[in-house]
Amino acid sequence: MASDKTTAPEAVVVRFAGDSGDGMQLTGGQFTLSTALAGNDLATFPDFPAEIRAPQGTLFGVSAFQINFGSTAIETAGDAPDVLVAMNPAALKVNLAALKPGGLIIADTGEFTKRNLDKAKYDANPLEGDGLAKWDVLAFDISELTLEAVKPFGLGKKEALRCKNMWTLGLALWMFDRPREPIHDWLKQKFAKAPELADANIAALDAGHAYGETAEISGPLKQVHVDPVASEPGLYRTITGAESISLGLVAGAQLAELPMFFGGYPITPASAILHHLARLKEFDVQTFQAEDEIAAICSAIGASYAGQLGVTSSSGPGIALKGEAMGLAIMTELPLVIVNSQRGGPSTGLPTKTEQSDLYQAIYGRNGDAPMPVIAARSPADAFECAIEACRIAVEYMTPVMLLTDGYIANAAEPWKVPNPADYRPFPAKFLTEKNAKNAEGEDELLPFARDEKGARPWIKPGTPGLMHRIGGIEKAQGTGHIDYSPDNHQAMTDARKSKVDGVANSIPDQDVCLGNESGKLVLVGWGSTYGPIHQAVRRARKRGLDVSHVHVRNVWPLPKNLGDLLKGFDKVLVPEMNAGQFKTVLRDQYLVDAQPLTKTSGQPFAIAEIEDAICDALGEPRPSQIGGEVDVNETQLPSPEAANP
Amino acid sequence: MNDMTPVQTTLKDWETDQEVRWCPGCGDYAILKAVQRTLPQLNADPAKTVFVSGIGCSSRFPYYVESYGFHTIHGRAPAFVTGIKLANPELDVWMVTGDGDGMSIGGNHTMHILRRNIDVQILLFNNEIYGLTKGQYSPTSRQGTKSPSAPGGSIDRPAQPCAFALGSGARFVARGFDVSKNLPDVLKAAHAHRGAAFVEIFQNCIVYNKDVFNDFAAPKGAEDQQLWLEDGQPMLFAKGTKGLARDVENMTLKVVDVVDGDWEGAGVMVHDVKNRTLAHMLVELPFGPFPMALGVIYDDPRPAYDAVVAEEMSKARTAKAGNLGALLSKGQTWTVDGTAQDPI
Repeated sequence: MASDKTTAPEAVVVRFAGDSGDGMQLTGGQFTLSTALAGNDLATFPDFPAEIRAPQGTLFGVSAFQINFGSTAIETAGDAPDVLVAMNPAALKVNLAALKPGGLIIADTGEFTKRNLDKAKYDANPLEGDGLAKWDVLAFDISELTLEAVKPFGLGKKEALRCKNMWTLGLALWMFDRPREPIHDWLKQKFAKAPELADANIAALDAGHAYGETAEISGPLKQVHVDPVASEPGLYRTITGAESISLGLVAGAQLAELPMFFGGYPITPASAILHHLARLKEFDVQTFQAEDEIAAICSAIGASYAGQLGVTSSSGPGIALKGEAMGLAIMTELPLVIVNSQRGGPSTGLPTKTEQSDLYQAIYGRNGDAPMPVIAARSPADAFECAIEACRIAVEYMTPVMLLTDGYIANAAEPWKVPNPADYRPFPAKFLTEKNAKNAEGEDELLPFARDEKGARPWIKPGTPGLMHRIGGIEKAQGTGHIDYSPDNHQAMTDARKSKVDGVANSIPDQDVCLGNESGKLVLVGWGSTYGPIHQAVRRARKRGLDVSHVHVRNVWPLPKNLGDLLKGFDKVLVPEMNAGQFKTVLRDQYLVDAQPLTKTSGQPFAIAEIEDAICDALGEPRPSQIGGEVDVNETQLPSPEAANP
Repeated sequence: MNDMTPVQTTLKDWETDQEVRWCPGCGDYAILKAVQRTLPQLNADPAKTVFVSGIGCSSRFPYYVESYGFHTIHGRAPAFVTGIKLANPELDVWMVTGDGDGMSIGGNHTMHILRRNIDVQILLFNNEIYGLTKGQYSPTSRQGTKSPSAPGGSIDRPAQPCAFALGSGARFVARGFDVSKNLPDVLKAAHAHRGAAFVEIFQNCIVYNKDVFNDFAAPKGAEDQQLWLEDGQPMLFAKGTKGLARDVENMTLKVVDVVDGDWEGAGVMVHDVKNRTLAHMLVELPFGPFPMALGVIYDDPRPAYDAVVAEEMSKARTAKAGNLGALLSKGQTWTVDGTAQDPI
């Protein structure tokens, strides 16, 4: 951590950790906002327990929020924090291992009581003694200081202590030279109905800020200024993945000129999308909270059948329940967007943690030959583009499309350059209004399963005069759509469905190399939210002269047409992913390349260093730790010449 | 049902060119004819009519009706209907299901479509057996039903579809049987009801559960065991010689003899389709000691979910049209200009 305001670091990682009732996510969220307003690029990682109110003070009840912000492009929430704010002993214990040596610990001594130390399984108070000698420690009684600050407002002790997070935020705002006004405004709005709470929180915030400014502390507390990032000109806001997907779906429906129907069932971490969309009726968005996951997708298919853009969303366990209905949408060739906010593990697994382990499920997880396009978002901002792309493919190809995101993207926030809707190419849906063929006698005939040049069938809304017809999940005759189990027909229809989905590859861009060269010794192939750590690791390695490139795949099914040739231009292919090696297997299957896995299933995103080490191992080079310690955090964010000019 | 421009059709207009593939003699044929006979009388428009079904023998129904049709997946027809009606409340939707489809695998959805009160006619064909999978006992099979999956006779107690429907909050519950001449009247009443109209139709599976309803539905001779309910009329059966009266002591119904047509003297109750307590008693009457209650048992409409949603949507759109650009830039924003990156 910088020791002086004059030496401005390019990036700083701060982690706020406390009890799940301490309001750490709120603190982090508001710090994020003020950081964005200060013009820094940033990435966040909220990490909270599955329990809504876990027992106070326990190790499993610790909730943390990490933010990495800087004056250059930030793509990950950062590996090791420079600053750890620990609101109680449990928060310290759980997060200490992550803290960078020499980093700063800010601890609330008011919470380091015998009782809380016991709950955190500390035999002795860690703030006393020399157990924390590796770090700078700033311990003072935040609880008492907060109580003092809010005294004039006459709150009960419990309510008064709830303002602790704002006191801490005030101190953090001072440390990083952030404006307090946006938080004041936000508090006034949040507590509009209870002005005394607004005033108390503002007083706590200001007191924390003033403490930094005036307290005579000799030692580690110094003010740090991080310069604003040089961004593309334009209007910016912060956005989480869940918001960005919701907005992308709204934009996609508008570009398709369709009303949107969203059928959902509550599940972590996908529910946020339902919540966002439920407020957008004036955008012709109808949300329906169904009785279960199956009804959620079936209602969406029903709406698509009736001429709207059906959308459903869930996480792994819910996606599993939707499998049969996806098959029906594939069989009846109706447009549908299915969003999967992946979480960890099989079954209930790790509901609030992140993983990319639903890739097989997305690409292969249905009975029969049931091909379906799959798109994966790499970041909160990218999710907007991906949602639009999912809508386009669904409508243009009359097919369900799965959009993969994950718990990390859904909850994480990043600055987003607000796009102009006029910059997107519309893809208006076309409905058949009259019969589309002639029979042998030359009379007009309806062929609901006739195909256009893309292999897509016509979309026919019930209510259209003269076009009555029946569809269903039983195999249908080519053209007429009548029930037909005959062998040749099933062969032909299976082929037609496959070839239609394969053909989606004709409408997507060629795969690019996002960092590095078009061929060489090693390529890292990623998909989804591993983008940030892979990119930074490749950047660091290239800076040290290693021949490594980064390819990040958005269209994971069907794959871009040039991907196979691209990968064959590299001696080695390494696939980092947060699962046991699923995309690696897909690539091996599709291209017979010797793709090697780099896997992680701890429920936590990759650290940059983990990937950097793997790059070194693959190239037979010494790891950075073996040749002179860590790369300075300031080095990690430098844009490489290759980034600008790959 | 919906307000539709009257369209003149005949029974023939509602037949498709598809060969009907039920077993010869199946009760489904009679139900299909009853529906095709009723639709012209409702002035229904084939282009605005949608038949939606799940899986099972009954669920092949849509293929044989010349309207829009969607043969979906097992048990889930109510969810598809919900999506269709929410997307386009103008459509007149009929849902066809069976005792396995609607009461077993799809029991959850049946409950919720009734609770929400989606505007649809639900026809549950109850043959008390799984036909398409070759004769396993179903959730409505009587105890002791012998089947390949229960060679010693089934042990489970059967579910009662109409009682289930009422328990789920249905606002219209009726009963009929496949070959009954009154079935079209029941269908018409269901169509006239705004909201979810639940009709249980006893249907004879001549292959796997032949003639299980003969005690009241036999072509000849069982009429005396049919209690055809009519709103405002005394609950009489057996050619007016018997009726249902209040058993006040036990808070239930009892069968009384009616002499010389003096039903009032015998204390016979007048049917009231809006009496929910009476409806609960009628659907629970044990057959044998009591006749089979048929016709419209309960009919007391409440606003349909899809109609309420459509109104909300239309209000929201009229109040303000959504501006996407404004939505995207909602919340706290900052501007970066070409040179300086000072935040605003």
